Amino acid sequence: MSTQAHEVPAEVAAGEAGLQALGDRWAELREILHNGLWKQNPGIVQLLGLCPLLAISNTVVNSLSLGLATTLVMAISSGSVSVLRNYIPQPIRIPVFVLIIAALVTVVQLFMNAYVHPLYLVLGVFIPLITTNCIVLARVEAFASKRSTAHAVLDASAMGIGLTLVLVVLGGLREAVGKGTLLSGLDLVFGPAAAAWTVHLAPGYQGFLLAILPPGAFIGLGLLIAMKNWLDLRAAKEQRA
Amino acid sequence: MTGAPFSLGPRNSTPRVMLKVLAALVPGIVAHYWFFGPGIVVSLLLTSLAAVGFEAFVLLMRNQPVRLHLTDGSALVTAWLLALSLPTLAPWWLYVAGSFFAIVVAKHLYGGLGQNVFNPAMVGYAALIVSFPLYMTQWPAPLELAVHAPGWADAFDLVFAGQGALSPDAYTSATPLDSLKTQILAGRTVEAVLGQPIYGLLGGVGGEWVALAFLAGGAALLAMRLTTWHIPLAFLAAVALSAGALHLIDPARHAGPLFHLMTGGVMLGAFFIATDPVTASTTPLGKLVYAGGAGLLTVVIRTWGGFPDGVAFAVLLMNMCVPFIDDYTQPRVFGKTARLRRRAP
Repeated sequence: MSTQAHEVPAEVAAGEAGLQALGDRWAELREILHNGLWKQNPGIVQLLGLCPLLAISNTVVNSLSLGLATTLVMAISSGSVSVLRNYIPQPIRIPVFVLIIAALVTVVQLFMNAYVHPLYLVLGVFIPLITTNCIVLARVEAFASKRSTAHAVLDASAMGIGLTLVLVVLGGLREAVGKGTLLSGLDLVFGPAAAAWTVHLAPGYQGFLLAILPPGAFIGLGLLIAMKNWLDLRAAKEQRA
Repeated sequence: MTGAPFSLGPRNSTPRVMLKVLAALVPGIVAHYWFFGPGIVVSLLLTSLAAVGFEAFVLLMRNQPVRLHLTDGSALVTAWLLALSLPTLAPWWLYVAGSFFAIVVAKHLYGGLGQNVFNPAMVGYAALIVSFPLYMTQWPAPLELAVHAPGWADAFDLVFAGQGALSPDAYTSATPLDSLKTQILAGRTVEAVLGQPIYGLLGGVGGEWVALAFLAGGAALLAMRLTTWHIPLAFLAAVALSAGALHLIDPARHAGPLFHLMTGGVMLGAFFIATDPVTASTTPLGKLVYAGGAGLLTVVIRTWGGFPDGVAFAVLLMNMCVPFIDDYTQPRVFGKTARLRRRAP
């Protein structure tokens, strides 16, 4: 009789288990976000999708636009593949994935051509090249083809935003060092009035061409990776102390 | 690495070697001062100060013994080689930026003295010529041909305060290499161009004497056994042979071997830059391949490239090949029959 008094009533137990399950699901979502934005960041950890990262990251506006276009393609293609994952035959999955991605990239490309035409001209071949960007296919193959649709979309968005953040930081660094400006080229998106929104950091700055040229992208990316590793090392040291 | 013995003894400790290299550069610097004015002293001072400052800063950041590494003189050698490759009388920040790339990016980001893949001074030069082509192509004219020969006050003014009232046309001129290239593109023949006053006797007024002074300094390095004959000889031979071959094919469009040897950075490159023990090949055969390739590339870049001189890019390209060259040119170890290879075949 005395043991029965200590037993937890059934409904309370169910509630706790439910809370536990909710906590688990929340932790899973947080892990997906953390992986995309920091721990497995495509730009500075996986080093996937370097083609646009190195070629187009010479201004903040270019970086942000291509990053967002890539994120959009990643989110929709991961979502679509996750929905279709049980109908895609295993041996020919890669061609099917690429077809889906290519179709979505075409949509984005036509959309950009119609609504932000000047920016479309600047980004040029790098928009269709999102199809071949390995980070898109990597997330589809490694994650979306095995997980539920909601998780797949979240993962692709987190990875895409992680890549976009790296692109924007790198673009900002290269633009500031190379041209002494920030946000130049906003007029490509918002019309000629936005040309005045460009921030000039130092009047009379001569410009440092190397930062704008491809070597600047390699040096800048190397410095960003070094900084990430340094922050991680410092955090680990603090945890041990 | 080649075989033993590795020890050099106290006579050739790093600071002593660096000091001797600096001493071997002095004749070239004196000739430069004599023919082009005091600008070279200002640029040497600036690059030396900047290089030592950056070196100390990075050593502090890396928790390395500052005094030990600063007194080895390697930063000074890099600074002097950089100053001798850059145009004099350029704005002060050009020298500081070049020293930054040489010391911080090319040397310490790769791990410091002995670890760098690329020749630091040449990385500094390459970063500058890619970024600031305007300043990097304004070379002071030889004093005897300049409209206005800049003195000490002019030199400090131009470097620290900008051009002011003095127009660049008054004290600069196209270098022999640059002017030959543009005039040939304009349809003139080499013979007609080389008759002009800036070309002097062998390659260019002033420049030819500076080149000869570097040759003398290089001969001193060889006599002190600080470098072997392989790299300078292979470099100069490759430049002479490839320039000679081009000259034989079309003498109207390609200058002869003597012109190529005596202009630009060939002499400095052959004895002081390509011979950098850290970034050069280390095996005897490898040194010949490395320096020969650099000499050939120099002439190729001069003839068909976008930049007037090619020594820096040629040396950097061959620096990249050094691990590969060393791997395939290991000498036979005494007592063994097969060549020593680092990797299993």
